[in-house]
Amino acid sequence: MSVRAGNAGQDQSTLFRGNDTDIALKDSKSVRGTPAKAMPAFILGEELADLAENDPRIVVATADLANSSRTRDFANRHPDRFIDFGIAERNMITAAAGLASCGMVPYVATFASFCGILAAEAIRTDCAYPRMPVRIIGHHSGISMGFYGTSHHSLEDIGMMRTIADLTVVCAADANQLRAILRASVDHPGAMYIRLGRGRDAEVYGEVPSDFRFGKAKTLREGRDLTIVTTGSQVHASLAAADALKAEGKSVRVVDMHTIKPLDVDAVRAAARETAAILTVEEHNVIGGLGSAVAEVIAGGPAIPFRRHGIDDEFSLIGPPAALYAHYGLDAEGVTRAARGLLNEMN
Amino acid sequence: MNLENRRGHGRNVSEEFLADRAKFIRLETLRLTRIAGAGHYSSTFSAAELLSALYYAHLRIDPTNPKWPDRDRFVLSKGHAAIGLYPVLADLGFYDPSKLDDFTRLGSAFGDHPDMKKIPGIDFSSGSLGHGLSIALGMAIAGRMQARDYRTYCMLGDGELNEGQIWEAAMAAGHFKLRGLIAIVDRNQLSIDGPTEKVMSVEPIDGRFEAFGWDVKRIDGHDLKTILSTLDGLAPAGEGKPQMIVADTIKGRGVKHMELSLDWHVGNLVGADYDDAFEEISQGLKPYVGEDA
Repeated sequence: MSVRAGNAGQDQSTLFRGNDTDIALKDSKSVRGTPAKAMPAFILGEELADLAENDPRIVVATADLANSSRTRDFANRHPDRFIDFGIAERNMITAAAGLASCGMVPYVATFASFCGILAAEAIRTDCAYPRMPVRIIGHHSGISMGFYGTSHHSLEDIGMMRTIADLTVVCAADANQLRAILRASVDHPGAMYIRLGRGRDAEVYGEVPSDFRFGKAKTLREGRDLTIVTTGSQVHASLAAADALKAEGKSVRVVDMHTIKPLDVDAVRAAARETAAILTVEEHNVIGGLGSAVAEVIAGGPAIPFRRHGIDDEFSLIGPPAALYAHYGLDAEGVTRAARGLLNEMN
Repeated sequence: MNLENRRGHGRNVSEEFLADRAKFIRLETLRLTRIAGAGHYSSTFSAAELLSALYYAHLRIDPTNPKWPDRDRFVLSKGHAAIGLYPVLADLGFYDPSKLDDFTRLGSAFGDHPDMKKIPGIDFSSGSLGHGLSIALGMAIAGRMQARDYRTYCMLGDGELNEGQIWEAAMAAGHFKLRGLIAIVDRNQLSIDGPTEKVMSVEPIDGRFEAFGWDVKRIDGHDLKTILSTLDGLAPAGEGKPQMIVADTIKGRGVKHMELSLDWHVGNLVGADYDDAFEEISQGLKPYVGEDA
């Protein structure tokens, strides 16, 4: 298929054109025991390329971030099904809807701030409303862009996305869960927003979870004194908090609410019934995100002590990501403090 | 209607027939406006000849198989002109014309802007201006990926060219050399707040798109002979410049007092307003003589 395009004679286009550049891992070090090659940022393009081996409908696009998302790994293996739209996110997402209407299954990836926020209307109007199977992958969500600042942070995307009807909203905690999400997404009806963290997330799932289902939360720790309902980047920190509190004699349930929409209402109600309090933990504004979604369920009763832990309706400071996570209590120590605080309030 | 030969470009229909169908589009627009109590009639009148030529003579479509993978795609980016497209699709047999009798009423599939989930023959939902060219871009890319030879047509409003996303799509179409993407601008000269060149100028449309790598033709958008010959002259899908037809039209064309008038954009037409418009349209298009005549 002769499909090259681009400036005459220059062959600069990445539409349908491979790039033989091997992307060396910028960060070959492990993070909290997780080798770089097992982090979400490093498996996205590879997993999609694997899926595309047996599925000619799969097409991948980015907006000048092929390296950042490692979708370059897909481009190298499937150059005819890779599109770089340049720095034009709205056009990318709307064009993906056009592709989907012709039978393709597009995965489009860019920073969460530039899809879940910048292109929110394209997601609503062109993907969700016509129920096009477009998978919008918002990577580097939350404050993970650190010192790049508020323009590159996305603390509002979950809130914006979950008010869109017929849109599945899901967050990946680590690479293995991301693989499960991607595999389950191929034939899932309608549009989907897949929220990723910085891509260097530590391992939560030792293997690709075989029981992954959209809308079905995963209980990772059982407990009675408190349930932490968390998602995405905060699952790892929440598990660490549960372990720390266990040493203090507290029994903490940890629920990975990977799917924000449709929310696993039963899992929330079970937590309200079976445990003494609920704490939500998310890398997002406490307004509109997971905490709000859980609050909407428990507002129906029975009454239960409830707190939301996240960014408290402010624009983040700038700083290195790890420093920001420490500052906002979005690490093991911070989540432990928040959980301990709620438990102490109840005593 | 005789649906023979509806599977290819260049169906052999007469200009008289297409003029009659343009009249039908305008009259149905009047009727549906009255049912709804409001409608974008004047921006449909400007596109009547274009829609007639596209749907009755040019597009490769099959009303008995609306999802035919090899059909030409048509994206009505100026979705508010759907009131003129719905009767055409019914007339061609995509659905029963009686479905339009409760146009816009509670639960109807047919709103002011078209919904692809509910209406056979609508290739994509529209309404939010500035999106359609990106949709069509994606469809054209899909055609290339699937090695199909269909072409993708996108009808744009002129005021819509103010939207930034149009230029994102225009840039990408030129870059990817999608010759199978054909944009048609209904250059009817007015947006809601006034003449486009006073509200936010769009000219030179041809020069601007040419600079983005498009092959542009500029024609009289009410002259069926010219429209047909221009459509017939379009290059097939393949690698090359995307193609644009800037169709110079007159908003409200066909009802003298509506032509290029800011007072007739959207709303209801009742009483003498309706009767006079009906009578004038029924007589067919007369040569345009301008506002001072």
